[in-house]
Amino acid sequence: QIQSSIFNQRKAHSPGHVCKNILHVPVSGLLFGPWFLCRNEDLKEMLESNKESLKLEAMKRIVGLIAKGKNASELFPAVVKNVASKNIEDPNQLIRASALRVLSSIRVPIIVPIMMLAIKEAATDLSPYVRKTAAHAIQKLYSLDPDQKEHLIEVIEKLLKDKSTLVAGSVVMAFEEVCPDRIDLIHKNYRKLCNLLVDVEEWGQVVIIHMLTRYARTQFVSPWREDAVFDENSAKAFYDSEEERRVDQSKPYIMDPDHRLLLRNTKPLLQSRNTAVVMAVSQLYWHLAPKHELSIITKSLVRLLRSHREVQYIVLQNIATMSIQRKGMFEPFMKSFYVRSTDATHIKTLKLEILTNLANEANISTILREFQTYVKSQDKAFAAATIQAIGCCATNISEVTDTCLNGLVLLLSNRDETVVAESVVVIKKLLQTQPSQHSDIIKHMAKLFDNITVPMARASILWLMGEYCEHVPKIAPDVLRKMAKTFTDEEDIVKLQIVNLAAKLYLTNSKQTKLLTQYILNLGKYDQNYDIRDRTRFIRQLIVPNEKSGALSKYARRILMAPKPAPVLQSAFKDRDRFQLGTLSHTLNSQASGYLELSDWPAVAPDQSVRNVEVVEPVRLPCIYLQKNGNAVKVESRSESESGSESSSSESSSESGSELDSDSDSGTDQKKNTKPKPVQSKPFDAVSWPVCVSLQASSPVFVPETSHELLHRMTGKGLSAQYRFTRQPCIYGNSMVSLQLTLSNSTDQALENIHISEKSSTGQNIHRFNAIERLEPQASVTVSMGVDFNDSTQAANFQLCTKEDEFSVSIQPAVGELLLPITMSEADFTKEQGKLVGMNESSATITMTPENVSSQSVNRKVVSVANLGVIPSGQENIYRFSGKTVSSGSLVLVSVVLKDPDAVITINTEKTVMGSMLLRQVKTALTNSGP
Amino acid sequence: MIHSLFLVNASGDIFLEKHWKSVVSRSVCDYFFEAVERATEPENVPPVIPTPHHCLINVLRQRIYFVAVIQSEVPPLFVIEFLHRVVDTFQDYFGVCTEAAVKDNVVVVYELLEEMLDNGFPLATESNILKELIKPPTILRTVVNTITGSTNVGEQLPTGQLSVVPWRRTGVKYTNNEAYFDVVEEIDAIIDKSGSTITAEIQGVIDACVKLTGMPDLTLSFMNPRLLDDVSFHPCVRFKRWEAERILSFVPPDGNFRLLSYHVSSQNLVAIPVYVKHNISFREGSSQGRFELTLGPKQTMGKAVESVLVSSQLPRGVLNANLSPSQGTYTFDPVTKLLSWDVGKINPQKLPSLKGSMSLQTGASKPDENPTINLQFKIQQLAVSGLKVNRLDMYGEKYKPFKGIKYMTKAGKFQVRT
Repeated sequence: QIQSSIFNQRKAHSPGHVCKNILHVPVSGLLFGPWFLCRNEDLKEMLESNKESLKLEAMKRIVGLIAKGKNASELFPAVVKNVASKNIEDPNQLIRASALRVLSSIRVPIIVPIMMLAIKEAATDLSPYVRKTAAHAIQKLYSLDPDQKEHLIEVIEKLLKDKSTLVAGSVVMAFEEVCPDRIDLIHKNYRKLCNLLVDVEEWGQVVIIHMLTRYARTQFVSPWREDAVFDENSAKAFYDSEEERRVDQSKPYIMDPDHRLLLRNTKPLLQSRNTAVVMAVSQLYWHLAPKHELSIITKSLVRLLRSHREVQYIVLQNIATMSIQRKGMFEPFMKSFYVRSTDATHIKTLKLEILTNLANEANISTILREFQTYVKSQDKAFAAATIQAIGCCATNISEVTDTCLNGLVLLLSNRDETVVAESVVVIKKLLQTQPSQHSDIIKHMAKLFDNITVPMARASILWLMGEYCEHVPKIAPDVLRKMAKTFTDEEDIVKLQIVNLAAKLYLTNSKQTKLLTQYILNLGKYDQNYDIRDRTRFIRQLIVPNEKSGALSKYARRILMAPKPAPVLQSAFKDRDRFQLGTLSHTLNSQASGYLELSDWPAVAPDQSVRNVEVVEPVRLPCIYLQKNGNAVKVESRSESESGSESSSSESSSESGSELDSDSDSGTDQKKNTKPKPVQSKPFDAVSWPVCVSLQASSPVFVPETSHELLHRMTGKGLSAQYRFTRQPCIYGNSMVSLQLTLSNSTDQALENIHISEKSSTGQNIHRFNAIERLEPQASVTVSMGVDFNDSTQAANFQLCTKEDEFSVSIQPAVGELLLPITMSEADFTKEQGKLVGMNESSATITMTPENVSSQSVNRKVVSVANLGVIPSGQENIYRFSGKTVSSGSLVLVSVVLKDPDAVITINTEKTVMGSMLLRQVKTALTNSGP
Repeated sequence: MIHSLFLVNASGDIFLEKHWKSVVSRSVCDYFFEAVERATEPENVPPVIPTPHHCLINVLRQRIYFVAVIQSEVPPLFVIEFLHRVVDTFQDYFGVCTEAAVKDNVVVVYELLEEMLDNGFPLATESNILKELIKPPTILRTVVNTITGSTNVGEQLPTGQLSVVPWRRTGVKYTNNEAYFDVVEEIDAIIDKSGSTITAEIQGVIDACVKLTGMPDLTLSFMNPRLLDDVSFHPCVRFKRWEAERILSFVPPDGNFRLLSYHVSSQNLVAIPVYVKHNISFREGSSQGRFELTLGPKQTMGKAVESVLVSSQLPRGVLNANLSPSQGTYTFDPVTKLLSWDVGKINPQKLPSLKGSMSLQTGASKPDENPTINLQFKIQQLAVSGLKVNRLDMYGEKYKPFKGIKYMTKAGKFQVRT
């Protein structure tokens, strides 16, 4: 706890730290006595001393000084050197980790070298938790001193190779912060990261997924090429010239297996409870998956809408972007975007946006009916936004333009000003697309004009009058007349449009409006606003011909009455996907600092082999793996001389981190036993080679003769069945436990067609024995079968059937039967045991009965409960046993240490549940007397 | 990642700040206060607010804004999800997450924040691990701490952080071993004027309270797992098992946790358990409006509809309401125009109703919109989707646990348009 006291100096300004740390350090009144008179030199000397007590005393005094407000920063290096850094060597991994955390949180340049050393040390620590802390410390050091970048990249490179799920998220985070452009560091770790992903903690998953999205866009070719034909937005591609299509077909797209691996391994994460993870996977699919696979993310995204308001906001934004390009994805879920009166304003707006994007000929009537409700909403800003949305729908879907227009015209008599104003503005935009057919709407608007007070709406109506004055030749001059009366009281924006209207009428109908126009131009000339004065002057020169105005006035009509293109109403989310979805930049619609651009797909895929990893294979025996389809794959064994020569080439690279490498490599080796991978050519890794041999299964030491009852003859109507564990590797599958079944017929008739029913009620994979066609009375037969218990003691339930009957039976394996023995040397055992500590270790102390205290009896007892191999021991009072679980091939290490009269049983395995069960069984076996 | 965190109360005071890197001045919150002023309601403050040098991401829970300061690109949901996790943790520790609770436990709050983020990156967010590191405050412990000067910081090292099941504490021991599961379903619906359903869907969760000794391995199976259309799991659930057999297999965290949330496929018709008959009208030229509301049960599968609460935002023109309920009590706030009626239980023999008149501002024209009615209710012992748990089995431990399962249906976002 001493280390945390240095916090005080650094963060004395933050009240929490002071609280926290004062509580850590027993500050008693005594401290404030004569101690503060101590000179710094004395304190330094005390810190340098070898005695813990003196150091502690010095620390107390320093804290006392700080509490008195004295400056103790001079002592800082001494404290770090002698106190904090000592804990970094503590035998307990948690202390080591927190010491590093404290050390790296000190933002003082003077300790950079110490920090660098500590990080390097911790990066090769045996404990993955300490390595995780090292990854966190990298970022801290980088922000403190960016000059360390090169050294830190070395550490990152080393940590990226780590195979622990604890480390993966943190080191990728450091990678993103320090050297996101060093994509080459990822190649070799790509497949591993994909495979680890599901087991990484949720925050790490988000970071890794975002990084892998970027990576994939630089390494794989686009999967969208072929799809383009089916893309709903480019239906015309279908009609493209024959020739072009032939070019496409000549190079059929085949997805890189690594690309597929990423998509496959991220998919289950859509079920995460963490919304950030779901969003991360969704954006990965959006940017990387073939278009026809995109639909799987829809449900998950819609599910997120049930979450908190803030989550909804971000998710809706992303859906808005997606729905522009791919309506089809969200159309079935349209009703999930219906607005509720209790939604927050920004949620309502986004939902409207999405509904507008989803509108098509088929659903527009439903959407418009829904919009009608919204227009009546009490939230007027929202009602106005709805009117905008109706306008969008009307321009996008020509079938409903008229319906929408009529609806909007009705709204013109609404009591609310904002609603009316918005309607006018939208109608104006709509009319521009087909003015000739709608002179009656323009007339209607002219009638309502007196009641409309919102300037924007008035301006819009005036513009419409001017633009289409030829369609309403009688009304327009009258409107102008009214406006001449009220000109001085209007808003600027309205005044501009009055001038505009006057000019247009002058050009088309000068007979009636000449005087009115001149009057208005005169009013405008002396207006207070210079914009209006300017405009007036300009218009006058343009339309009223005089000697000074040159050729321009000849073209006045063509200038003012030029046909104007209709405005395009488009979504604010159009092209928003230039930013990677789910990012801050996407939300802000502008590039945030530190945003990493998603590159375009490369035209030609870069070399794929860069991702090949050196897989270490067991060498002694040719291994035969059974693949799913039943074909045996034979893996060639290599001669030792070959591997020796190759190992020298790779030695230099593995030298620096040999400890780490051997540690992490054992992980793959274990996996290899269950999951055969295609083997690439590889240099041989000398360091890890003894470990892989150690996992070779050996023959069982002891096979119990006892059999268990599966089916009693009374319940089985005369058929009885017994089973026993043969403790042999199963011939039906690598992950199966081998069983022997003895079936007997105790009736006086022959039983026919004895078999195991195809349907299994629980999930275990069962290899059934071949059906026994006929079992004579009083005869019995022995068959063998295999069950994959999945490393759990859960019973395998299945149906044993005869021609007439079905009997439900179940096999409950003892935990010891789920193991296969392996042999290893004593040294390897201790090494492996050292890696499986903490949660992975369970132990118990028991009192031995005297007759059990002999090597024979201990060995016999242990191997009878569990199928383990005995390791020849150098010490008399220590017994070691090793095995691996059948399904996953995880190492199980058992050791019994005798300390007369007690014995300590220790079990080390990743399978904690199995470990604790096994411990209990071994305990009972050793405490019970008898054979 | 996350640079700093500010806690702001409803009146706009910063009452707590925490910095994980360098200190960011409080003045950065001015941009946030501007946004609060612009927003008409507290809920309308945009969750992401850009400022020239930072970006503020905030969540609003229990009338407290949690404002995180971000300096560079980070997925916004990452921050939002984390902030909600912080609030959940506070609730877990202090029972409620209010300004008073945070201030009372300021030391624990800082300790928690320090452990939850390291240099701005989430470190320990699992409540089981945090509880090993920092003991939740109890009255007894507070008294002891004050007298002895000791702290809430756990004596034991948090070995859970290292394990393959980081969500579970080690060395759990109980004298009574119990496992309770609550299946809670919420109906989200929009009912239109005429009483027909515009949209309705069921969202459910299974919340668990598991107090079991040791390392139990549980499996939970359903009678009709096909009902579940879309699910999300607590990290403890083995996904492969679910994919293959539709069985939930997991080593549970200790204590309370959400095992699963699900969505029932929208193809199935949702049974709407209540109906609302309404007649809310305003006459042109009159300063009176009519208000009539009757509730009744519908498709309740024989179960009682309880804790019914009706609320509605009446139009701004309404001055006052003079109503009489056949049961329960009602309140009308003339300032916010919020009407709420606490109905209680619906008796099918005697349907609850609320009738009377509303007085309008004299001279004001008749409001052209009708209010939306929000409904809350509860139905015990019923999962409206029909989901049924088949069995719960325990492996890996020898004792017999006590098992319990409870069903409940509630109204989610249940709105009736009038």
